[in-house]
Formats: sequence, C-alpha cells, structure tokens
Amino acid sequence: MTATTYAKKAFLALGLPLILLAAWWIASAGSTNPFWPSLQTILQTFPETWTPERLAADLVPSLARLGIGFSLAVVGGIVGGTAIGLSPTLRALSEPVLEFFRAVPPPVLVPIIALFAGYTGWLGKIVTIALGCLWPILLNTVEGVRGLEPTLTDTAKSYRLSWWRRLLFVVLPGASPRIFTGARQALSIGVILMVISELFGANRGLGASIVQFQRSFAIPQMWTGIILLGLIGVLLAAIFKVVETRMLAWYMGQRQIERGE
Amino acid sequence: MSITVPLLKAAQAESAAPAATDVALDLRGVGKTYDTPGRPQVEAIRNLDFQVGRGELVCVVGPSGAGKTTLLRSIAGLLDVTKGEVVLDGTAVTGPPEGMAVVFQEYGRSLFPWMTVRQNIELPLKEKGIPKAERREKVDKALAEVSLTEAAEQHPWQLSGGMQQRVAIARAVAYEPTVLLMDEPFAAVDAQTRAELEDLVRSLWKRLGVTVLFVTHDIDEAVYLGERVIVLSNRPTVLMEDVNVDLPPERDQLSTRSDPRFGELRGHVYSLIQKAKAGHRPEGEEA
Repeated sequence: MTATTYAKKAFLALGLPLILLAAWWIASAGSTNPFWPSLQTILQTFPETWTPERLAADLVPSLARLGIGFSLAVVGGIVGGTAIGLSPTLRALSEPVLEFFRAVPPPVLVPIIALFAGYTGWLGKIVTIALGCLWPILLNTVEGVRGLEPTLTDTAKSYRLSWWRRLLFVVLPGASPRIFTGARQALSIGVILMVISELFGANRGLGASIVQFQRSFAIPQMWTGIILLGLIGVLLAAIFKVVETRMLAWYMGQRQIERGE
Repeated sequence: MSITVPLLKAAQAESAAPAATDVALDLRGVGKTYDTPGRPQVEAIRNLDFQVGRGELVCVVGPSGAGKTTLLRSIAGLLDVTKGEVVLDGTAVTGPPEGMAVVFQEYGRSLFPWMTVRQNIELPLKEKGIPKAERREKVDKALAEVSLTEAAEQHPWQLSGGMQQRVAIARAVAYEPTVLLMDEPFAAVDAQTRAELEDLVRSLWKRLGVTVLFVTHDIDEAVYLGERVIVLSNRPTVLMEDVNVDLPPERDQLSTRSDPRFGELRGHVYSLIQKAKAGHRPEGEEA
C-alpha cells in the first residue's frame, strides 16, 4: 500500500468522527445548561475523572467480566453449535428451543439471573454476558457446520480422516466464517450487557460509574463515561478485525478471487 | 422377470468370482435403489458386474442420468449398495476403504481452501501415521509428478482450475491407493487443459502402475484414456457392453485421435450410447 492510499484510508476512517466532534464542540460551546455541558468542559473533565486508579477499579473489572463472559460464549457456542450442526437428531430436538431463546431479548434475563446468581458479585454479570453472547455464536455455528461443502465432507470421508481430524481440519475451519459472523454480533451484545449488568446492583464498573455520576449530578463526568464506553467499542472492534483478518485470510482471499477483484 | 434375472446374474457372478489377486476391484451384482420415505422408489442401478484388473485403466461411460455418480459413490464406499457387493482387494466395501482415493469433479470444492497445497496433500498422509520427514518427501514427489512443485505453499484458490485438479490428483497419488477413482474429473476445465490432464493421467498410470477407474460422459476421452471402456445403459443401469480398447499403449493427442481404429472404437461406443439413450437394453434385460 502506498502512502496516498494510507492517507486516504485514514481520512475516510477519521473524517466523519472529526466532523461530528467539531459539530458537537460548536453546538455545545458556552452552554450553561447543567445537563448539557460544553464538549470543552467534558474533555477537560476526562483526564481528572479517568485517573489510572479509577480505570483499574472500574474499567478493568468491567472488561474482565466481558472477556470471561464472551470467551465462555465462544467456547459454548462453538461446541454446542457444532454438535447440533452435525447431528440431525439433536437439531430436530433443539430447534424450537433455540428459536425461543433467540427471541428473548438478553437484557430481560438480568432480573432472572439476579434471583439465582445474585447481583453484587461477578457471577451474575458474567452469566448475563455469556448467555446474551451465546445465541448468535451458537446459531451461526450451526448454520456454518450445516452449510459445509458436501464434496469436502466426501473428500474427508474417502481419505478416512478420523472424527477429530475431520472436526479440527474440516468442520471447524469450514464453519469459521459463520462463527466469526456470530462472534461479531455477540461482541456488541456483550458490550451492551456489560453495561446493563452493572446498572442494577454494582458499585464498581463502567456502567455503575456512569449511573453514579448521573445520580450525584456529576454530569460532565457522566458524559466522559459515555465517551469512554464508545472508545472501548471502537477498540474492541479493531482488535476483532485484526484477529478475523488473520484467521480468515483464506476466506477473504478466496472471495476476492471469486468476485474477480 | 425383472427381479429374477439380476438375482440369477448375481449368483453366477459370485460362483465365478476369481480368488486371484490380479483383480483389484470386483463388482458383483451391484444394485442401488433409492428409497426415500414419502417419495417414489428410484432404481438407479439394477445390476452391474465387472472387474478391474490390477494396474488396469478402465473408463466408464454412459448416457447422462445413467447413475455414473451413484456407481462411483457406491464403489468409493460413500453410498451403501442395496444389492450385491463391491469388493476391493478381496474385501467387501462397507465404508470408504483404505486402498482407495477419489478425485472428484468439483476440484474447487474438494480441496480445503484453508490449507496450502502442501497441507492438502499431507493431511491424508498424517491420518495414515506416516512420519513427518517421509510425509514431506511424498508430498514433494507427488507435486513433482504433476509438475506443481512451485505451488506447494500456495492456497488452492490462488491456482487455475487445471492446476487445482492437478493438486487433487497429486493428493490422490501421494496416498498410494490400490484403486484411483476419478469422477468426471475434467468436466469443468477448458479443452486445452483437459487434453493436458488426460495425458497426465495416462503417464501417471504408466509410471506408477496404479489401477484407475475413470468415470466420464465424454466418449472421446473414454476411448483415448482407457484400456477398456465400460458402457452403461440408461436407468435402471445395467452393463451395455464392455469394450476392449485395442489401441497401442503409447497414446498421443494427435496421432491416436487420428488413428482409424480410434475412430471405429469411438463410433462403436457412440452408437452404444445412442442406443442406451433410446432405451435399448442388452438382451434379457427389460426396462
């Protein structure tokens, strides 16, 4: 890639955010409304609010819970989805149940999980995130496994590949594009649930901080929390993209050639 | 009548089955009826009896819809036969047998796109438990056989169609099968590549002494490649004729194809296929 294409990419990526920030800056400049502080005030509040101590106490636990919950969902979704995708019996059994759980919005689970797992500790929050993230990964894995090219399955069979080699070298790589689609959906659900799970009964965490700022009328601080949340979203999406580009390089290359690009 | 005849034939085939090891592949009264609940029964193959000798190159042709793919999948152990048996190296085929490699028509879909060419060829060898150094050697040798040494570290989708099919052939060759099954392997490549690949199959067959069963819908290809051409009837499939190809063993796209004998054989197989298409069946067979 040449310098000009890099510059073009950077411009495309940063152009709109900069315009929006500028618009916000101008629109909020000199604001006296306490609920609507100027962007200048918010940005000045940012470093004094999000000190390293506060980041360690509020942000790190939130992200850790997201990481654990999301990872559990990835493992559970892939294992369950592969089993369901490979077994017609299991699929027939689980289909109506899966459709039901898919239709239930994950935040609804929060009060129920709170009843069983409690909501002051980590367990309830992790369970919320994991359950919310599970369905998109599970359902996409099922589709990915089912959509496997029959000739590839025949090839694996005719070379007498053992079931674990078939799983590891044929089924999972073949389903991986769909698994990634599910994981991407799950990640955004995970971020939402990370915040929601802290709104109810937590005194530490990113979501809890935002609620506490709001209740104590620390409005600029509340706004910095929201900005921080957005930045985390961007960062997570970028990390996801890097992993995806590495693991699905074959898929992207193949598609590019098929489309004749 | 239509039931007793194949049974009789199957019985004859069994009693006449030779014990000699010079037969690599033996089809004994093979029949396949698809019986899907809720749908009418489809008798794809009624009765097929033929043998492929060790080291032979035999082509199978038939009119479209003659159950060629059904036959190949049955021989490969990917499909259960409903009647008779397929015997490879003296053992009845019940699942994909050890000594068999298959090259499918859809080359683009039979190679694993997430693996490099080398990994594709190596995977079946790993399954066989061959040590790493030896595996590497076998992969290199197989790639050299199909003149693709330089493509080892590329992914299949980076190669042309003809090259991809050569990778599939290399994978089959490296596996060192007793019988190599090829299911219309060149149906999807252009005419020039096709001629090259045909010559590749002939030369590999000669150099490696592997037994090849080559299924095709192309009459010219069947006569050009085969030592024998097995002509199938239309559905439900029986054997129309087992044609011996008495062309010289050295074959060449130009001289062989202009050989008068080639023309005769081609004409003969062509007329058989036309008859098969018109619903004609060998004597004693009713549709």
